[in-house]
Amino acid sequence: MKYVDEFRDAQKAKSLLHEIEILVKAIPIAKERPIAIMEVCGGHTHSIFRYGLEGMLPKEIELVHGPGCPVCVLPMGRVDDCVAVAKRPEVIFATFGDAMRVPGSKGSLLQAKADGADVRMVYSPMDALALAKKHSDREVVFFAIGFETTIPSTALTVLQAKADGIKNFSLFCNHITIVPTIKAILDSPDLQLDGFLGPGHVSMVIGTGPYEFVANYYKRPMVVAGFEPLDVLQSIWMVLKQIKEGRSEIENQYARIVPEGGNSPALAAVAEVYELREFFEWRGLGSIDHSGVKLRDAYAEYDAERKFIIPNIKIADPKSCQCGEVLKGVIKPWQCKVFGSACTPETPLGALMVSSEGACAAYYQYGGVKKYEAAS
Amino acid sequence: MNVVPLPRRRSLGQVHVAKVTLAHGGGGKAMKDLIDDVFVSAFNNCLLGPLEDQARIDLSALAAHGDRLAFTTDSFVVDPLFFPGGDIGKLAVCGTVNDLAVGGARPLYLSCAAIIEEGVELDLLRRIAKSMAEMAQQAGVQFVTGDTKVVQKGACDKVFLTTTGVGVIRPDRSLGADRARPGDVVIVNGLLGDHGAAILGARGDMQLDSPIESDCAPLNGLIEALLTAAPGTRALRDATRGGLATVLNEFAEASQAAIEIDEDMTPLRSEVKGFCEILGLDPLYLANEGKIVAVVPADEADKALVALRAHPFGREASAIGVVRSGEPGRVTMKTVFGGTRIVDTLVGEQLPRIC
Repeated sequence: MKYVDEFRDAQKAKSLLHEIEILVKAIPIAKERPIAIMEVCGGHTHSIFRYGLEGMLPKEIELVHGPGCPVCVLPMGRVDDCVAVAKRPEVIFATFGDAMRVPGSKGSLLQAKADGADVRMVYSPMDALALAKKHSDREVVFFAIGFETTIPSTALTVLQAKADGIKNFSLFCNHITIVPTIKAILDSPDLQLDGFLGPGHVSMVIGTGPYEFVANYYKRPMVVAGFEPLDVLQSIWMVLKQIKEGRSEIENQYARIVPEGGNSPALAAVAEVYELREFFEWRGLGSIDHSGVKLRDAYAEYDAERKFIIPNIKIADPKSCQCGEVLKGVIKPWQCKVFGSACTPETPLGALMVSSEGACAAYYQYGGVKKYEAAS
Repeated sequence: MNVVPLPRRRSLGQVHVAKVTLAHGGGGKAMKDLIDDVFVSAFNNCLLGPLEDQARIDLSALAAHGDRLAFTTDSFVVDPLFFPGGDIGKLAVCGTVNDLAVGGARPLYLSCAAIIEEGVELDLLRRIAKSMAEMAQQAGVQFVTGDTKVVQKGACDKVFLTTTGVGVIRPDRSLGADRARPGDVVIVNGLLGDHGAAILGARGDMQLDSPIESDCAPLNGLIEALLTAAPGTRALRDATRGGLATVLNEFAEASQAAIEIDEDMTPLRSEVKGFCEILGLDPLYLANEGKIVAVVPADEADKALVALRAHPFGREASAIGVVRSGEPGRVTMKTVFGGTRIVDTLVGEQLPRIC
């Protein structure tokens, strides 16, 4: 099994779609309004657009695209902070490629690089640590972003740095956590959601337990889903089945990767290195309590926010920007006033248009410009 | 008594130090030695021999090949200089030869301008020049003129090459990106994405079991075979930076037509596919250095495929899609999954995903 082609089998897709159609017809509420299912994770959004899944589902199902793209929810002010640190002559600023194009109020990291800042693309935080070892006369700062998927790898890198006695390495920590995000979505008065596709790779780390509140308190079904198109379709089917049967449970469709209890060594490393922040600013969603992590005092020497003076200025989004509404799923990408006109991948106003997991980028790249044209 | 002096055969200079210095770019003897040692000895041919400031080519001899001159230029800055399947020299020759050949031209003469960073090892340069010479011979072209500069450390990245090529186009050939018509078939000559994946693999830490090799190759022979079997071929481009997707968009835009391709028919090496899946890259945008995209009238498509598959550089040729009348400039792909997605032009660079 290569776990790629088998999960893209068109025949199996046809059967699943058929089953989905049967299920939808058996759900009474679907006759009055579309059943709204939110995929939290940007990777799912990307998959949905890449395979044209939305167009294949019955019209009674509406897929709502959630804010699970860590690059997309980065406030402009934090990007400015990155640029300020990167511009320091002694700094090598190491970052994942995707974050390089996000616009700050005075340009992106890519533009700062063209202006002379030493910004380097890395595939993993361990690459950044290797840079620190190689360039002992420079300060290497790693731009740590991502949900729980990437938090263990940066935690382990900090532990490695400490074990190796590396002093010229630090993280600019912008890690965020998924549970407060989902809670903020559920508490939002703008949204009427019937179910969720849970984030596959975050769950690989945290397991499925943390989502119990969605089922028990908010009484909504959630299915933790894989990223191949058959995974997404099967998960949608599982959500619909719960709705039809009046259940609200947390189910795991991605069991081949996601253990119910999560990944203990990863979680242990995270707990050792990080603690929750009181609150953290999200682009478009405002301030969310306990939604970010920071380095514990014991690891302060690896915290770029304590090593350097960070401007830390809150920058308001451009007036025409509707990123927040798209991130919450209140509007679709093409309903944003500036989608495709003032905001394009070449001239992005927000990260949603440049991140490989951004809903606007996915929509712009893969299609739906048809839908946009139909709507205008 | 008239004494006719015998022409003196010049002996070629040699460089006896291991690394290039600024002196080798100074215009004096050191530079001549560098040029002789590295380039002249490798490219040795009668048009280059005189080492005038320009190569002189007989116009009537050129005109015997056709009625239009094809003229192209390209710079090569690839890093690393040597990668699985090729090197900067091979790339330079193939890239320029192919740029001529996709216009239906017979490639004839190349120039080579080299910008060399001080400190580069002479042996490295000799290897590159040897590779260029071998590739030129394979492609049936000659290096007839060139230029060499040496710059300070840091002013360039080891070696930059610029090659310019000229060729001649037969009167009966007219290829153009704007000539695609609804009903035409889109054909590629083999597996896509090898070069892009090879370079990324050679740079990063992917530690693949079997490194992916670049498909770098001179395609003039293949293209001759194609155009002989399918003389009605409308358009040809090589799918270099930006990959297949970019060429398709260029064709669709120039011809004001729509193109639809079939993911099932788009040939990929399984290692390239896997590589792309891990990094979150789209193979449609990866560079190729030995692949052409051809638009062929429907009634010549079968003959085109037979001719391509008979050639060593076209064994896995495949018809991947059709030109339609539809939204002008729009390229779409029918996915293996049965859905349809747009294949847009690449914006900026493809960057690997985070999570």
